[in-house]
Amino acid sequence: MRETPSTIELRIRRQDGPDTPPYWETFVLPYAPDHNVVSVLMALREHPLTHDGRRVDPVCWDHNCMEEVCGSCAMLINGVPRPACSALIDQLEQPIVLEPLPKFPVVRDLLVDRSAIDAGLRKVHAWIEIDGAWDTHEPPPRIAPQQWATDYLYSRCMSCGCCMAACPQFGAGSEFVGPAPLAQVRLMNAHPTGRHDKTERLHAIMAEGGLSDCGNAQNCVRVCPKAIPLTTAIGELGRQTSIQALKDLFGPS
Amino acid sequence: MSAPGAIVVGGGLGGLWATLRLAEAGFPVRLFSLFEVKRSHSVCAQGGINAVLDTKGERDSIDQHILDTIKGGEYLANQPPIKSLCEQAPGLIRTFARMGVTFSRTPEGGLDLRLFGGVKHRRTCFAGASTGQQLLYGVDQQVRRLESLGRVEKFEWWEFLSLLIDADGRCRGILAMDLRSLEVRPFLADTVVLASGGFGQLYAPKTTTSTNSTGAAASRVYQQGAWFANGEFFQFHPTAMLGRDKTRLMSEAARGEGGRVWVPRTPGDRRDPRRIPERERFYFLEEFFPAYGNTVARDEASRAIWRVTRELGLGIGGGDRVYLDLTHLDRRFVATRLGAILEIYRKFAGSDPLDTPMEIFPAAHYGMGGLWVDFERDTDGGMRPGSARNHATNIPGLYACGECDYAYHGANRLGANSLLSASFSGRVAGEAAANYLRGLDPARPALPETLITAERRRQEAINQRLLDADGEENPYTLHQALGALMTERVGVVRDNAGLEQALAELDRLEARLARIGLGEANRWANQTLVFTRQLADMIVLAKAVTASALARDECRGAHHKPDFELPIPEGKFPGDPEFEDYRARWRENNTRWLKTTLAEYAAPRPRIHYQAVDLSVCPPSEPRDYR
Repeated sequence: MRETPSTIELRIRRQDGPDTPPYWETFVLPYAPDHNVVSVLMALREHPLTHDGRRVDPVCWDHNCMEEVCGSCAMLINGVPRPACSALIDQLEQPIVLEPLPKFPVVRDLLVDRSAIDAGLRKVHAWIEIDGAWDTHEPPPRIAPQQWATDYLYSRCMSCGCCMAACPQFGAGSEFVGPAPLAQVRLMNAHPTGRHDKTERLHAIMAEGGLSDCGNAQNCVRVCPKAIPLTTAIGELGRQTSIQALKDLFGPS
Repeated sequence: MSAPGAIVVGGGLGGLWATLRLAEAGFPVRLFSLFEVKRSHSVCAQGGINAVLDTKGERDSIDQHILDTIKGGEYLANQPPIKSLCEQAPGLIRTFARMGVTFSRTPEGGLDLRLFGGVKHRRTCFAGASTGQQLLYGVDQQVRRLESLGRVEKFEWWEFLSLLIDADGRCRGILAMDLRSLEVRPFLADTVVLASGGFGQLYAPKTTTSTNSTGAAASRVYQQGAWFANGEFFQFHPTAMLGRDKTRLMSEAARGEGGRVWVPRTPGDRRDPRRIPERERFYFLEEFFPAYGNTVARDEASRAIWRVTRELGLGIGGGDRVYLDLTHLDRRFVATRLGAILEIYRKFAGSDPLDTPMEIFPAAHYGMGGLWVDFERDTDGGMRPGSARNHATNIPGLYACGECDYAYHGANRLGANSLLSASFSGRVAGEAAANYLRGLDPARPALPETLITAERRRQEAINQRLLDADGEENPYTLHQALGALMTERVGVVRDNAGLEQALAELDRLEARLARIGLGEANRWANQTLVFTRQLADMIVLAKAVTASALARDECRGAHHKPDFELPIPEGKFPGDPEFEDYRARWRENNTRWLKTTLAEYAAPRPRIHYQAVDLSVCPPSEPRDYR
């Protein structure tokens, strides 16, 4: 068992704005056993003093639900992309190194712009085409509980961006949509109504920046905080796109 | 005048539903959110959404859902909206299912239903243990579809600051601030739907709500003249796991499956709980409520925990915490029945509830009160579909829906009714706002440029004042003081002396806020500035809540003032003179207090008025009697 520390030491990669150079600062706070990374950052913003007593600007970061369901607070913690709210101090090596989630443009400090996820979801048509948001007075489509169990794994994706941050193919200079939007294609294509637009979605991911950009590094599935089987989804989509390519070649049967 | 358009503020369930219905009605919608909309607090609701589908062979009925909702709210909510809410719940669920929401399924492939607090039938649809998240994603995807068609434009990372109101008192747009550049910009629209969520952060950190649930947006329109109704009714969840940053919900199921709540009998006992022998443990729920024991209702449990910690001084280590113990139960049984919630505790507390008793305390969970909204009663006794009066605030053109309105839950909310009211009210508000737009005079005059400029300058001046401020007070420290004050004085148990003190203390907090120093001059993504603005509005809202609580001298639902309690005479039943005397006093109390509280903004204290409740569906006839 590790000895209980008396302090919490943070090394934070800071950046004042999108176009300014990053720099590092070290902070030392009193230890408490029930801290997580968000609660430590909250304590720090009240008294933003560096370890050598310099008063600096409070550290910017993103957080909201703090129950690992909104996806806001993902950052690089000791080199691993993960939500900060569920990163318990007692389970982290010190000094705790905090960096913005890589691959996304830095807004300020640990705050990043993840609009690329939204753009990816739009690109792959991650929705079900319905006639309208009104009642059609028909029972909802039936779905076997077995199918539900696998669909549900994917519907829990909270767009935190950890998988994208860990992906060697995604990032600046690459068109790759990344694992999270691809998994949504898997989910939408399985839905009884979503299937109607399967071809459209598959074509979207057969184009540039689509499925073939995946390098099969499998980092995504290792870092997903919700244990979503992203590589399984990508594998299934590989089969779906292969069949689609044949259909495109030979026309409908 | 250009074609009318709509603005929606807030992208949780309410805001996204309103957006969908407005866009489907053919109006361009601009949707504003403090963050990416799918991060909204709706995602936190785990349990489910009520709708009478009656697919379990239990003869559940919509009338029963209506009755349960009315009685759960102790008759304080207007009844026609409740009637429509319950009647349209099944259609709403079917619509969600078509959107692809992954509702949990029965072996036959239909929607599964589960039992939820205080209800006799299985009536709650759910999607695993993340129903709110799944429902939100369903509408988020539909809004993204409309966005790709150019019918919705999202402004994420923008904060609503104020309404633009014309000389006739009509809402004609908003002022919003880019949370990165701090640019303040006017956006014109002929209707605004506010769906900005709850205000649990008034009680931080003892709240289960997200950090953005500040109530600041609701407070801003309240300060511009919108009425804030029933603010004194706030639901406290008895079993929240403690945390420095927030308290996280520990499901009622932990008590339901045999969990026991206790504290050491010796004040300040610091021994490991597992080493404290049975006879030195105080199982207070079992002693206070012999008939129900640990499964006593939410509000009773919260009050008992409050009494044991705050009045008897028996909290663990002298603090605000009691044990919720599962360690006496069969490990395999608990692991199977409570797997998902044990996982949450392990993840955030870092200890295993199968080995060590959990530590819990009541936490501010859901505000029943909120912005006052109107409705039009239909001939069938419900709300008239499409009426432009539905969910309209008292400011023409401004609508409110979701947790920021007050409409459906009266004095207390039933479990799994909040996802329903958020969705339903968003849909209704969107349809109402669309009809308001259709009814507008095409020759209405444009909003004068001078008015827009003046409001923009006023808001920019607030920013500049904060950036220049170099006082000694810190906004985050003040927020903690606010949370502690509200928890202590305007929480689980209230008394008038304490509420008077709270109002005075809120004035002092306001004075301290005037001596703020942000400690940073960076204009770019300045989160301290943004939070300080919110905090100022939170204090104003806290005054409305506190003044409303002070004015209401009774116990009803979540509002508990022991000085005005009307206890049922012990061992007496209808027909006994003591019981009949009690019934008479109960009727008299209803005559006096069965009415909606309306807080109207005024400095230094809000003005409190009352409005009659529409009891046309089911008037109260008998006091509640759970014996």
